[in-house]
Amino acid sequence: MITSHNLKFSYSAQKKFQFPDISCGDRETLLILGQSGKGKTTLLHLLALLLQPESGEVIIGGRSIKHLSHEQIALIRAKTIGIIYQRAHFVSALSVIDNMLLSNFLAEKDQDRKKAIYLANELGFAEHLSKKTSQLSQGEQQRVSIARALMNDPNVILADEPTSSLDDINCQRVIDLLKAQSASIGASLVVVTHDQRLKSEFSNQVIL
Amino acid sequence: MNLFKISLANIREKKLNSFLSALLLALGIGMISLLLLLNQQLDEQFRKNIKGIDMVVGAKGSPLQLILSSIYQIDAPTGNVPLAEVNSLRKNPFVKTVIPLSMGDSYQGFRILGTTPKYIEHYKVKVAEGHIHNASMEVTVGSKVARNAGLKIGDTFASSHGLDGEGDQHDHKKYKVTGIFAASGTVVDQLIITRLSSIWDIHEHAEAGAEKHEEHHEEAGGEAEEEGQDVTSALIQFRNPMGLMTIPRQVNTNTSMQAALPSIEINRLFSLLGVGIETLRAIALVIITIAGVSVFVSLYNSLKERKYEMALMLSMGATRTSLFLMLLIEGLFLSVVGFFAGILLSRFGLLLFSKAAEQDFHYSLGKFAILPEEIYLLFAALTVGAIAAALPSIGIYKLNISRTLAEE
Repeated sequence: MITSHNLKFSYSAQKKFQFPDISCGDRETLLILGQSGKGKTTLLHLLALLLQPESGEVIIGGRSIKHLSHEQIALIRAKTIGIIYQRAHFVSALSVIDNMLLSNFLAEKDQDRKKAIYLANELGFAEHLSKKTSQLSQGEQQRVSIARALMNDPNVILADEPTSSLDDINCQRVIDLLKAQSASIGASLVVVTHDQRLKSEFSNQVIL
Repeated sequence: MNLFKISLANIREKKLNSFLSALLLALGIGMISLLLLLNQQLDEQFRKNIKGIDMVVGAKGSPLQLILSSIYQIDAPTGNVPLAEVNSLRKNPFVKTVIPLSMGDSYQGFRILGTTPKYIEHYKVKVAEGHIHNASMEVTVGSKVARNAGLKIGDTFASSHGLDGEGDQHDHKKYKVTGIFAASGTVVDQLIITRLSSIWDIHEHAEAGAEKHEEHHEEAGGEAEEEGQDVTSALIQFRNPMGLMTIPRQVNTNTSMQAALPSIEINRLFSLLGVGIETLRAIALVIITIAGVSVFVSLYNSLKERKYEMALMLSMGATRTSLFLMLLIEGLFLSVVGFFAGILLSRFGLLLFSKAAEQDFHYSLGKFAILPEEIYLLFAALTVGAIAAALPSIGIYKLNISRTLAEE
């Protein structure tokens, strides 16, 4: 469950953003569509608590994220939000499974190797677990980053342009996976994109 | 998964960079450690053998050469002096002991030293096997001689003229081994010790008739001494420091001998060596500094490459402090590896050096224990690693997560 109220953010006096309120309940999905420069990534970073809004607030799981220290915010983000970036990035020195366990470690949770293997089987990259992430194809990397976002059973899954670099077939697979996995752990799924292919996939939509 | 594992993975990820950093550090540490080892052991060897010897008298020439040949047995002797002149020093009230030395022959490169029992008393060496020689042409051999030349009690051998083992053999008369000294870590270990008279006896045939055989007379030590004979040099002990003030001058002006003071000559030798040691030490410090810079550059570059990774880890809940620790572990790990590789390197160097010294001078420098100074060296290495890691870490604290993630 994630909601926002009156979020405002400005990079400079000229570059100001005012965002519409959004709300996405557990097991629900929300598509935020917008062209470049409309502040899609800014909104996502605000929702992901990576940026502090100028005004307004974000509420995750019924808890308002305001007046908290950087450390507290970091921990809340680690435990309750799974983020999937436009291009999958990893700690390149670590293997696929270690990259997944890393999100447990950084969220100060027990490292759940069984879960990592289970997710790898679900998402179809079980045979790559001990490889370096750079040895995987882009589609595989995107699936690993989805699995990584699921490792901590987050309340909210935020995806930033998860499909823009993928072909139609992989695009469909990734969206299906995202929907299925977020539903299976009862999380809210918020996808930010300019990818018009996704319009038909989501009933709840916000246009920036 | 823990910070240490991530750090190790990062080090493995850039093997060559890490190797270069550790190698440079190992070279620097190794050089300094080798210098420390050599310095300490040469110093120890030199001081141990010098102990209690206040002055050496011998033929005129280089005083350093006289000291090196008479005390350390590593240089050629300066020449001969009459025993009578040496013995006249005994009359001086400041002189406590006079130990005449006669050398010039060797066996398999080990020097044969003719001397009085005082010499053995002075170095406080004990006999491990057999008994101390008590007649002419009997010898007691040092532990290293017995081991390396394979001499046992009752063996006989012919000495060769000269100190390099390549001179003519004195085949007509053979020495007999009656005893073997226990290892003492002093110069005695590498000597074959006999009576003064043995040396004269063996060279007698060459000078037959030239020298008149004089009456034997028993000395307090029970050693027969022959007046009119020559010796190579003599080690002198004074009764009190007053001797030091007057006797060297007397010897140098009133006799055909020269007096050399071991402490002064050895200090001179060390100050000559010191220039070289200082240079090497400076080079080693430069190498260590370069190693530090190399670790720094390596971490700094990887930090630039890993900027997105850092931002990613921060977005996943890592604190800036834990990322700083991660870099610190990388730097410290390289330092520790470099340090221990350097210590091993220096021991290896010492082994080679010791082999060479053993071959040329029969001195062994075989002490491989960690020196207290090397603990400081470890701290120095850790400091270099920590600073090299800390400087690029400032970047972590300045990193803007949102912008970094958005830009790539």
